[in-house]
Amino acid sequence: MVNPDIQGREYPPTTPYLVGREKVREFARAVASASPIHLDPAAAQAAGFADVVAPPTFAVVVQEATLAQLLADEDAGVDFTRVVHGDQRFSYTRPIVAGDELTATLTIAAVKQLGGHSMVTASSAITDAAGAHVVTAISTLVVRGAEPEESAEPAAGEK
Amino acid sequence: MSTNAFDSLEAGTVVAERELTLTRDNLVRYAGASGDFNPIHYRDDVAQSVGLPGVLAHGMLTMGVAGSVATDWLAEFDQAAWVQDYQSRFTRPVPVDAAEGAVLTITATVGKLDPEARTARIDLRVTFNGATVLGKSQLVAAFA
Repeated sequence: MVNPDIQGREYPPTTPYLVGREKVREFARAVASASPIHLDPAAAQAAGFADVVAPPTFAVVVQEATLAQLLADEDAGVDFTRVVHGDQRFSYTRPIVAGDELTATLTIAAVKQLGGHSMVTASSAITDAAGAHVVTAISTLVVRGAEPEESAEPAAGEK
Repeated sequence: MSTNAFDSLEAGTVVAERELTLTRDNLVRYAGASGDFNPIHYRDDVAQSVGLPGVLAHGMLTMGVAGSVATDWLAEFDQAAWVQDYQSRFTRPVPVDAAEGAVLTITATVGKLDPEARTARIDLRVTFNGATVLGKSQLVAAFA
């Protein structure tokens, strides 16, 4: 079971991530986007952005380092093999563009128990080199409960 | 680009539709681009050992390709508009057949307009085999 005491816990900021133009292009192609603002710096600049714009789900690349902190925290008790992604949200102050140097700080917003499962809401606030907020990435991870034989109260519908 | 792009939007309008086949190649490409190398997205034996029918698409890949349908439309409609918020719930897995892939249909509809904030909520419906695979998939676009 996930340790309920991690609710409210803040982890140290991650090592800054430098957003590369080719990485933005690679990610845009991987999510089947053909929009020139993701691929062509001139098109992005004509639209008013400093460089190629990252697709909205790109922040997951930067957020990943914060989720690694959570999984590595033995005190948290999150078993990666039992984790299912429940939902995801990105709330932007401005778009991510190539050249941004981004730092993410993870806070555990909530830990809830539901029918033998734990729901962990992980909120990663991502800021630029000047310390200004760019985006907050919020993931709800569903950590499935123990197998019925190990569990005092198996979740309904399990098995 | 029109400076009045936002004002021409109407709630309920379907702004983009796309049918897209996700193949194993797409999954490998997304694993590399995103850094998510969970083997359930490229190894049937591992997927089956944890009770899955086979290799699944990353939920974030499905969310990503759905978002692209909206942002590709957005870039054409008003290139200065940008995405303020994007959220999805992962309600159903998408198994990706090694030979056939998985065909997704994605529909982007104007859900709600906020004339004061000059934002438009774009609702994304993503189906696989006739069933929706993302819940409350909503992208909020900010206009000048």
